[in-house]
Amino acid sequence: MNRFGLGARPDEPIPQEPQRWLHAQLERFDALPPPWRRAARTPALVDAWLAQQGAVRRAPEGQRSRIREDYLREGRVAYVAAAGARTDSALRSPTPFVERLVHFWSNHFAVSVDKLLIVGLAGGFEADAIRPHVMGRFEDLLWAAVLHPAMLLYLDQAQSIGPRSLVGTRAAMRSTDSQQRTRGLNENLAREILELHTLGVRSGYTQDDVTEFARALTGWTLPSDDTAGRVATTHRYVAAMHEPGPRTILGRSYPDDGEQQARAVIRDLALAPATGRHIALKLARHFVADEPPAALVQRLADRFARSGGDLPSVYRALIDSPEAWAAPNAKFKSPWDWAISGLRALGRQELPPQQAVNLMNQLGQPVWRPGSPAGYDDAGAAWAAPDALLRRVEVAQRLATQAGSAIDARSLAPRVLPGALSEDTAGAIARAESASTALALLLVSPEFLRR
Amino acid sequence: MSLDRRAFVGASALLATSPVLFAQAATERRFVFIIQRGAADGLNTVIPYADPAYGSTRGALALEAGTALKLDGSFALHPSMATLHGLYGAGQATLVHAVASPYRDRSHFDGQNVLETGGRAPHQLKDGWLNRLLGLMPGGGRTAVALSPAVPLALRGAVDVTTYAPSALPPADQDLMLRVDQLYAKDAQLHALWSAALDARDMAGDARGGERRNDSAALGRAAAGFLARPDGPRIAMIETSGWDTHSAQASRLATQLKALDSLIGGLQAGLGAAWSQTVVLVATEFGRTVAANGTGGTDHGTGAAAMLVGGAVLGGRIIADWPGLKPSDLHEGRDLRPTLGLDTLVSSLCAEVFRIDPERVVGALFPGSATASPVPRLLRA
Repeated sequence: MNRFGLGARPDEPIPQEPQRWLHAQLERFDALPPPWRRAARTPALVDAWLAQQGAVRRAPEGQRSRIREDYLREGRVAYVAAAGARTDSALRSPTPFVERLVHFWSNHFAVSVDKLLIVGLAGGFEADAIRPHVMGRFEDLLWAAVLHPAMLLYLDQAQSIGPRSLVGTRAAMRSTDSQQRTRGLNENLAREILELHTLGVRSGYTQDDVTEFARALTGWTLPSDDTAGRVATTHRYVAAMHEPGPRTILGRSYPDDGEQQARAVIRDLALAPATGRHIALKLARHFVADEPPAALVQRLADRFARSGGDLPSVYRALIDSPEAWAAPNAKFKSPWDWAISGLRALGRQELPPQQAVNLMNQLGQPVWRPGSPAGYDDAGAAWAAPDALLRRVEVAQRLATQAGSAIDARSLAPRVLPGALSEDTAGAIARAESASTALALLLVSPEFLRR
Repeated sequence: MSLDRRAFVGASALLATSPVLFAQAATERRFVFIIQRGAADGLNTVIPYADPAYGSTRGALALEAGTALKLDGSFALHPSMATLHGLYGAGQATLVHAVASPYRDRSHFDGQNVLETGGRAPHQLKDGWLNRLLGLMPGGGRTAVALSPAVPLALRGAVDVTTYAPSALPPADQDLMLRVDQLYAKDAQLHALWSAALDARDMAGDARGGERRNDSAALGRAAAGFLARPDGPRIAMIETSGWDTHSAQASRLATQLKALDSLIGGLQAGLGAAWSQTVVLVATEFGRTVAANGTGGTDHGTGAAAMLVGGAVLGGRIIADWPGLKPSDLHEGRDLRPTLGLDTLVSSLCAEVFRIDPERVVGALFPGSATASPVPRLLRA
């Protein structure tokens, strides 16, 4: 429950056959559980973004910053609500293994609200690009993540224009006059797809591959903010922005068939052996150990290749691998994993959204705000730091005080740490001078900090 | 049970066998490493305004010589860096250009790995050069503080270091603190982390008053709070991010540089008399393309700028074997060609700061790097 799940809840029986319990979750996953049904979805969030863009364009110069500020304020409200939905979903989920996978993939395809203009869209990214596809094929997950407006904006794809496209050549003609509008190719998304999302860094692609791929991607952008005749969509392909011509990427040529060109590259990248190895390593690192056994990684990569990137097949191989069960509980939990497992242990079913946001800020892992497109570090060593530990003790005290004396940590401890509770920790809990101190000690005990 | 913080640390020292205590250091010198994560654009920070190719390749992103702060006949500083400009004028800042680590690809994460480990290639070394420098330092005071919630790679390694980041949480009560201390007594990893956390909290003391996490000057003062103490750490590392300016670079870089300028100002103000013994190094994983891209920004490049600031710096100088910005001068036709190894600069600098034999420093910090040291003297005697 700790290795593959989000931590035990006191009101749930301890599974007698853990592997069967995990396999069963793969059949029962609800992509849109009740907490998420209340959150705003991508089409509405994109509408709000487009309305703002249109309003800014039409407004006189002096009023534009006010429109932008209003939009960001609404975006923050949507962000807090969605972060609350994510938290409540993790607290209540009957399929915690698949919830963990959602968190894993959301971090693999990281967007960050460090780029303030996507603050309203980040929740929609997890709800609509990640959640519906975690039980599907990697290729579909990748395409959904790449084309989501949050990603298009975060990695600057929305404004990338083929220099020899219709729009590009017109812009070049205009820029000779005083206007000096600098618009053209941006290779940010192409680079991060190759480096982070698919093949992995140092897997053999070159700067030319990055640039060629960026050219193939041109044309994919957000819908127009022109309200007349708009159809409800969250992205679109604009032929006039697409760089014309065939492309050569990683030695393969792609004919110029417009919007199909980038799709074909994505398909090949999704199925590339290097991608399978990269995903296998990351999954094994996330669930098993910072330095996972090579045999396990190889088995997952093989399954990825044989199944054509069918993700549930890879998850099944992970559950059935003896190495996944043999590794000691040595991995220091990330702040998110620790907070969720702590709240679950206390039997919490929900958290007010703003509290959830504040909690993760204080613990040093703000929701959807990693410092870079690489997402948060998945190695336990990255999180085991003096100040971080002190903050966990402070948070544990506050959560335990809120729980008051309603929970007896002495009987709770063996239920949430089955087979892992040490005599020292049990003794410290038994000796605590108050119920809340005992609970806080349970939450910061060495065995609860690791999984 | 009620103990004040100071009394508690005393009690904890009795309970725990050996908390990490800051001993009196054997050197008065202070060394601060400010890392710019995201590949900072050196060409619009230390601007080669006299190079005729600068204006033509940068286009709309080029800064006018008139608005920049003039350094000498060739270079000028971004207008957001007034404090640094003042320090340059006072002979306390040296700017280094066309510098790069041995890493020649363009991944942030690999580039930062090389910058922080001191390896010749990514993931070749597991620990950081700043931690290995601690191992070379004379006598006591072999400890460092990172102003961040987690230990950055450059400071990871065999020597224990501490971290400090201002927290908005109310402090845990002393009874719980004591019990946690006992609970971790047998766990080597947690015990070391916990002892370091308590010492850091105690030392930050009065530097915590009213500071906010996003306030760069306050961050500089908080770091200075550690370094100024006679028994404090002699090395600090401060992380800055947000330098990856693929779009809207003009306004973003101005904001970034303003914050960096305030951070340096905060350090100077907080260090007081110890500023005269201080050397601050500012460096990034690689530079950015010479030409502007299509979205008002620049892409991942190679050669970058670095800064040496502090009262101990023999400043008012530019160190640059300028390679030129004409297309034929560029690395792979797009990037500023590096003419100085960052590893050479850093090892020469560290050797001077702590008066250690340069060969030893190179061997420990940048194994495999050339041992020759072609850099001029960097610090005042």
